[in-house]
Amino acid sequence: MSIQETYTALGLSDFEYDRILELMGRAPNYLELSLFSVMWSEHCGYKNSRPLLRRFPNEGARVLQGPGENAGVVEVGDGWALVFKMESHNHPSAVEPYEGAATGIGGIIRDVLAMGARPVALLDSLRFGPLEDERNRYLFREVVRGIGGYGNAIGVPTVGGEVEFVPAYSGNPLVNAMCVGLVRVDDLVRARAVGEGNLVVLFGAKTGRDGIHGATFASDELTEESEEKRPNVQVGDPFAGKMLVECSLSMLERDLLVSLQDLGAAGITSSASEMAAKGGVGIEIDAAFVPVRESGMEPWQIVISESQERMLAILEPEKVGEVLKVAERFELAAAVVGRVTGHGDLRVLYEGEVVGTVPARYLADAPLYEREVVSPAYLEGNRKFDIERVPRPEDYSSVLRAMLAHPNLCSRRPVYEQYDHEVGTDTVIPPGADAAGMRIKGTSLGFAATTDCRGRHCYLDPEGGGAAAVAEAYRNLSCVGAEPVALTDCLNFGSPEKADAYYQLASCIEGMAEACKTLGTPVVSGNVSLYNETEKGAVYPTPAVGMVGVFEDVGRHATPGIKREGDAVVLVGDFRPFLGGSDYLEIVYGRIAGAPPAPDLASEKEVSDAVRRAIAAGVLDTAHDLSGGGLAVALSEMALSSEAGIGAEVLLLPGARQDVALFGEAGGCILLAVPEERLGELKEHLGSAPHSRIGRTGGERLKVGGLIEAGLDELREAYEQDLFEPHAPEGGHLA
Amino acid sequence: MKIGIIVFPGSNCDRDALYAVERAGAEAIELWHADADLKSVDAVVVPGGFSYGDYLRPGAIARFSKVMGPLEAFAKEGGPVLGICNGLQVLTEAHLLPGALLRNTHMRFVCTRVRTRVEIRGTPWSSLFTVGEEITLPVAHNEGNYFADERTLQELEYEGRVVLRYLDNPNGSLNDIAGICNEERNVVGLMPHPERVSDPILGSDAGLKVFESVLSFAVATL
Repeated sequence: MSIQETYTALGLSDFEYDRILELMGRAPNYLELSLFSVMWSEHCGYKNSRPLLRRFPNEGARVLQGPGENAGVVEVGDGWALVFKMESHNHPSAVEPYEGAATGIGGIIRDVLAMGARPVALLDSLRFGPLEDERNRYLFREVVRGIGGYGNAIGVPTVGGEVEFVPAYSGNPLVNAMCVGLVRVDDLVRARAVGEGNLVVLFGAKTGRDGIHGATFASDELTEESEEKRPNVQVGDPFAGKMLVECSLSMLERDLLVSLQDLGAAGITSSASEMAAKGGVGIEIDAAFVPVRESGMEPWQIVISESQERMLAILEPEKVGEVLKVAERFELAAAVVGRVTGHGDLRVLYEGEVVGTVPARYLADAPLYEREVVSPAYLEGNRKFDIERVPRPEDYSSVLRAMLAHPNLCSRRPVYEQYDHEVGTDTVIPPGADAAGMRIKGTSLGFAATTDCRGRHCYLDPEGGGAAAVAEAYRNLSCVGAEPVALTDCLNFGSPEKADAYYQLASCIEGMAEACKTLGTPVVSGNVSLYNETEKGAVYPTPAVGMVGVFEDVGRHATPGIKREGDAVVLVGDFRPFLGGSDYLEIVYGRIAGAPPAPDLASEKEVSDAVRRAIAAGVLDTAHDLSGGGLAVALSEMALSSEAGIGAEVLLLPGARQDVALFGEAGGCILLAVPEERLGELKEHLGSAPHSRIGRTGGERLKVGGLIEAGLDELREAYEQDLFEPHAPEGGHLA
Repeated sequence: MKIGIIVFPGSNCDRDALYAVERAGAEAIELWHADADLKSVDAVVVPGGFSYGDYLRPGAIARFSKVMGPLEAFAKEGGPVLGICNGLQVLTEAHLLPGALLRNTHMRFVCTRVRTRVEIRGTPWSSLFTVGEEITLPVAHNEGNYFADERTLQELEYEGRVVLRYLDNPNGSLNDIAGICNEERNVVGLMPHPERVSDPILGSDAGLKVFESVLSFAVATL
């Protein structure tokens, strides 16, 4: 194999190889080249996205740690902090869905653990191709099983998330996992290596040949040959993961560690070079000391293996005996594998002989690519959308039933029932609400978390869609009564080397950044997943937003379910529904076109803040935002999640075409149900936020504006689909 | 009163059991799997989770832990023992309770809340309930499908050793069995998780009565 073939196979370009030669002043050996390959991959090095990510605000009153560490950290109160991050595991899940998803969960849990936090909640943002296709059904079923298989066993509740089925994700599913952890502010740890002479200890599972060059694989397009890369996918062991969590927390509790880092993409190499670069020191690793699970491993394989369930710690030499003892108690392998040095190099030895050496700062400094942002041609075509050419349906009730039965709008119960969402006894708002709500034991405090993104919106209007993803997360947290604080993101896009995908990436980031600034929710951590493409093209631009919020009093929260007969139904927000880019247009007419409503961020904030104030004041316990499917679907969801099985009767606001008023989508709108006698108090909290009383709760039917009348049992029958049963092809277009 | 909670490698409801025990007003003591010592506790909870990762079979490895010797002796002497979820699986593997837990008939993990009925109150862990009382309890398991041979089932029914029965059977358990006890009635195993409904903020504290039962039972037998 020629040198060029070698570095090309490792995912390095000619330009990058030349740069390596220039930096090193000599030709790298295979081990060194492998180090560059993984550390300069998009997954580790953010070479295409870093200049764009600078647009995001990262500061805020509660922010204790922004991007650059294993996870972001925000302060909650009473000395508590939330540690959280979201990460993608798309490519591994495309070829080996169970293990791909499972190791995605394991990886994000370890990111949070590496900050010293106990992981307490998981959420998943998932996208697949349509369920009519057998491969998509297989991917969906196995990804859900993998998430449950790992999360349930490790004992971290999976409390929220989202899933959507769209042709653009066929063959390239998105599997984004978010973890939230809790830590005392004083107990935060960081990944910075310090103290020349300190020791490097590797503990956890033993190292094998699994997952070699996984990060490089993740930073390439998916092709027919990707299936051959199944051996590149790591295998997870949640049992070892659980031991690793308890072991790490036990070591930290005893104050045995100087710093801690999980092993993710690129294994020991990546962890050690990041720790060294952050601390401005060098690290020497002797691969011969790494506990291995198979014989005959080459030094380069040992140091870049992505074997799961391992952590790297820096500690003072006198603590090593106790550290090894703690690891033994939890039945984990542990060994001193290296030391912190003053030379600034990441140096790999084997039995004392140097087998590779690269200054850590070179590895941490991937080249940056800034490209020209060119507006794609497809956007022009999409904008040519004339609502008058959309016929009106004859029977609105049957349209509603069809919408509720659609895989993108039906009940998510078959998914979240496969996840243990109650372990830990902290889940106050279980899955099925606008956001998950968790308490913090021993305090009145709590936190909420949600993941949101609408890929179709981002495709049709990248900047507006990016902003809408942030606004929707903000609204969802507000609907349960939590004050939105900060977010993590997972930017899933196609190849940045192609103009359309690069435009989408740049524009979505622009829109998100704008929304973050207006709403006051900085980005504190995140992940970029580019090259989400198959032979059929790129996925929808999908910048998944994972936002967390804080409850001062978690006992005061709201959920969507109608709680009482006779409550007033109130619509808050500037209700201007659109059909463009709506679920209605796609489900009923099979059309993906038009401009979705551009979010009015100031109005979003006013509406969300007003509703949140009313919930925090104890006036309101029932709220739900308008999203896919518009008013009719939102109302149905409130009735169908009513534990007492209570329906509602509402009028339609004048001004829009009837189908638009029923199913059109409008940002910044929230439906409330409130007892008559508290209406006055509610209005005080709503202040100048636009609102109208549109009806009342009661009965076992849903009636909307004389157009829809349906029993809750028939709506429930439509809504409670089993997504895992083989799907008949959709009945086509109804109207 | 001291209630011990066994911690196996892979237990993940141990802290939840500890929380519920403390809320019920007892002192909770962690019992480490590798120590053959029950630390003079008055009752023992074998908590839920995935002991040893459920490898081989749920509970199959945990039953050989060092702590199990003293636990078996404690159970034989009439000490109150409660197995929850994986704890029940461990107790059946250890033959402290009859039968076995198979894969759920729908072959999926299931996490939901189900209605159940308390069938007997003559155990330390159900003494505060009334017979026929309905309680909604969380379940979360892959292997919760209770199975026993015909004769064992008949014995359980005839001797009134079914402690808890599902009203909405989530897993295919024979006779809708959600919980059973041994002949002496001091060892109880429940598939549902009473410790998860131990605080009104979690939507219910109906499960607290299980732990309060053992407290009042201890007082009554003193």
